[in-house]
Amino acid sequence: MTLLLIILIPLAGAILPPWFVRWGRTQSALAAGGAAGASFLLMLSLVPRVMAGDTPSLDVPWMPSIGLDLALRMDGLGLLFSILILGIGLLVIVYARWYLSREDPMGRFYAFLLFFMASMLGVVLSDNLFLLLIFWELTSLSSFLLIGYWKHLPEARQGARMALVITGGGGLAMLAGFILLGQIAGTTSISEILAQGDIVRSSALYAPMLILVLLGAFTKSAQFPFHFWLPHAMAAPTPVSAYLHSATMVKAGVFLLARLFPALAGTALWFFVVTGVGVATMVIAAYIALSRHDLKALLAYSTVSHLGIITACFGLGTPIAAVVGVFHIMNHAAFKASLFMNAGIVDHETGTRDLRLLSGLRHTLPVTGLLALVASAAMAGLPPLNGFLSKEMFFEETLHAEFAMGPGWLLPAIVTIGGLFSVAYSIRYVADAFLGPESEDLPKHPHEPPRPMRLPVEILVVLCVAIGLFPKQVAGKMLEVAAGATIGLTTAGGELPYYSLKLWHGLNAALLMSVLAIAGGALAWRMRGSVIALHEGALPLPRGKGIFDAVVAGGVAVSGSITRALENGSLQRYLLLLVLAAVAAVGMPILTSGLATGTDVRAPADAVSIAFFFFLVIGTLGTVALHHDRIRALILISVVGLVISLAFVHLSAPDLALTQISVEVVTIVLLLLALHLLPERSPREDSDFVIGRDAVVSVAAGGAMAAVSWILLTTDVSTISDFFLAQSKPGGGGYNVVNVILVDFRGYDTFGEIVVLGIAALGIYALIQGMGVPEKWRTGSPIDEVRYPLLLTTIVRLALPLALTVSLFLFMRGHNLPGGGFIAGLVTAVALVIQYVGSGVGWTQQRLGRDLHQIIGAGLLIAALTGIGAWIWGFPFLTGWFDYFDIPLMGEVELASAVLFDLGVYLTVVAVVLLMLANMGKIRNATAVDVPDDRD
Amino acid sequence: MELLVTLSVGVLVAGGVFLLLRARTFSTILGLALLSYAANLFLFASSYVRTGLAPISSLKDVPFPDPLPQALVLTAIVISFGMTGFVVVLSLRAYADLGSDHVDGGGDLPADAGTADAREGSG
Repeated sequence: MTLLLIILIPLAGAILPPWFVRWGRTQSALAAGGAAGASFLLMLSLVPRVMAGDTPSLDVPWMPSIGLDLALRMDGLGLLFSILILGIGLLVIVYARWYLSREDPMGRFYAFLLFFMASMLGVVLSDNLFLLLIFWELTSLSSFLLIGYWKHLPEARQGARMALVITGGGGLAMLAGFILLGQIAGTTSISEILAQGDIVRSSALYAPMLILVLLGAFTKSAQFPFHFWLPHAMAAPTPVSAYLHSATMVKAGVFLLARLFPALAGTALWFFVVTGVGVATMVIAAYIALSRHDLKALLAYSTVSHLGIITACFGLGTPIAAVVGVFHIMNHAAFKASLFMNAGIVDHETGTRDLRLLSGLRHTLPVTGLLALVASAAMAGLPPLNGFLSKEMFFEETLHAEFAMGPGWLLPAIVTIGGLFSVAYSIRYVADAFLGPESEDLPKHPHEPPRPMRLPVEILVVLCVAIGLFPKQVAGKMLEVAAGATIGLTTAGGELPYYSLKLWHGLNAALLMSVLAIAGGALAWRMRGSVIALHEGALPLPRGKGIFDAVVAGGVAVSGSITRALENGSLQRYLLLLVLAAVAAVGMPILTSGLATGTDVRAPADAVSIAFFFFLVIGTLGTVALHHDRIRALILISVVGLVISLAFVHLSAPDLALTQISVEVVTIVLLLLALHLLPERSPREDSDFVIGRDAVVSVAAGGAMAAVSWILLTTDVSTISDFFLAQSKPGGGGYNVVNVILVDFRGYDTFGEIVVLGIAALGIYALIQGMGVPEKWRTGSPIDEVRYPLLLTTIVRLALPLALTVSLFLFMRGHNLPGGGFIAGLVTAVALVIQYVGSGVGWTQQRLGRDLHQIIGAGLLIAALTGIGAWIWGFPFLTGWFDYFDIPLMGEVELASAVLFDLGVYLTVVAVVLLMLANMGKIRNATAVDVPDDRD
Repeated sequence: MELLVTLSVGVLVAGGVFLLLRARTFSTILGLALLSYAANLFLFASSYVRTGLAPISSLKDVPFPDPLPQALVLTAIVISFGMTGFVVVLSLRAYADLGSDHVDGGGDLPADAGTADAREGSG
């Protein structure tokens, strides 16, 4: 639980700084520091347990089906990184308070920083591959936000995007790698995977899995050839560079190498890829670093180079080399974070970071200069500092590589050259900026910074010296547990290889390499002018940024052309694609599995059915053929509707037939009304090709649906309806099972449905209310001026009471015989709609009143209250109730709550239908009825 | 019988999809209506199709039809009516606002052409 809190406190604390900043910038920094500090103290409380060899852990199943668990675990390696993240994080929070200017939104900065802190803690404490990946991506996201913090600067935005694309792309590769790794090991728990390294390494999938995982690690840790994003990420504020892009986030890649070391390391492939990439990165980046004029760019390439050293250490694959890698992670974090903050102070005080402008700062910034000198010496690997220790050990290990990379002397020679450039750029950092004559033309006259801004640098530099002088006492125990966890002592057992932490190992080959590197480095610094000239002029190296930009531009172009091809702004096109996709989705399984037919008994076709089918085909094809002539198409489609209604009668579904026939009437009236306003003909505008194409598509769609229908109809029936049939009378109190299902068993669905109907009606009302009426609709005769045929008017008026009686009859008997709220409502609506047809909108409207909305509301309310009523007796929503009463003269009468519910359905249906038609009728009456018209 | 229902569904879907792919709103509405018929018939037939069954469970000695698809289709009919009504009004509104009954609202058809047709028709 403590582990979870260590992550959650900074995450939740991220909301505090933006809130506290209203009281001042210091308060905002204090809030951020408070959250980080609380987490730091919690972490410290676990230190004794981890140092004693215990591993606090937490395992909560989250999504076991995909192998994602909330599994956290703090071993030595996790503890080392937690100290780096929280310790340096605290220092950076202090530093940033003085670094950021008044114009910078400080609350947001600290919020992003804490968000990153929580994500990074998640990475190093995860004991589940996928959980680690989630936090990994969160660090990429927070890094994106922090690099782009100064969002008004184009290079900040570009740098942020580049970092996100590269590290995010690597994260995707890593996801694939993790899935493979999980399949190989049969588990996604990291500690379980580490215990079965032999199985992993002997798997046939080892090579692809390793390459994918390494892609994730290399992109994150800016290894060659993905190194170029890191220098561009330097557009971030310097505290971010110190924190994310030297001490912590870029270490996530090497952390992953360390974390999975027991499972993945030790093979030839691992050695050649990891050491090869690491050494290449180390040398290339160190060489480029020498020719950078920007302090931060120099440090960025130096960081890339040192990450290469660490990568190479793990690549060597021996336990002792892994120890060295872990040691160098600690040391590099200390001196590089201090140097970044140092560069930030120089920038802050002088207004420039250009080494060609800076000179002689030792006069104005003496303390800062001294701190820079010590930290640079550590970076160069000079004794008696921490950088010297780990670099010496690294040189030593390259002499004992397990696999041969060319002749035996080659690898040590290459790393010596890398060390040489390290020395050279370290000298350049100090000598060019702080030594020499005092510069005259600086943008600002420098002063020593406020003490709190320098304090974090001082702490880190003191640490560099202390580790250098007393390695065993200061860092020995920490290194022991961290290295032990790295090489898998906690999971696989065994003991740490012998190593000795001291400055003087006697005269040996590694010392010789160091001496060569220092002497050569000094020489290279003297000749830096020609090196820079060589780099900038003669060597036509491909630039990472150029390639990246070209790839991104290509991607944009390709996706742009795909989008333009698919999305041309035509709804017709989209619909065609939609239908094609649906046909493919339905058609593919049918094509592969065939038309499976079951043993279901088939009914013979009788003459009536065949006649129905004949009319249906004629009606459909006629509608399609005559669709340009809209009135005729409408008449033909009503034939189809009629056939469907009759088919329901024939197929023993009287409720459906009654519903369909009444809906049919209303729909046709509705469409006729629409045709009164719309053009009466559709133009023939489609080319033969389009018609042919659409014909093929529709025949395919029809065929696919027919096939599905055939499969359904011929497969043996297995229905859940037996329950409804058996329970209809005893449970629902009615013999008409369809109606009982609607109002009782599935009452909730019906309730939702009438709500939808009500919404549709209100939507229609809203559409018509806001509608401007075009001039052309006002020409011609308004409906009200038409003389209504007297015979029709008389007959429909006479029919009204009859129809209402029928509807009442249908409503009352609905529970036991065909009928019910829906059907009765539709019949009532039809009876009223024909009044509109026979007597006109005005006449009918006058007599009906205008509160159709209220009737919809009342209907819904009755249905809802019926449902809620069940609560009073302690039953769930919409539980039905019924009983029988003996009423004199009428005999036994059944009363059911479902009847009340059905009444709600009835009222809603009537009002919805009338609201639709009445509003449609009103449009054309715009001249008679006052409709606001602001368009013409 | 099964074959007839199957073919009916196929014909209705084919006709519906073809009309749905036309450029004018009214054809699209007709297409939707045909598709609704097809969907209702399809749903209804998802269990089995028989003639001469007793739909009311009080009549003994007669086999019942499957009531569940019937309940589904009953609500489907009413909902598709609500949808048709909405789409019809939407097409009217689009015609009024855009001056064209093309689904993309393009003005490729002069707005007066429709009115001229309408006048001829009503006159």
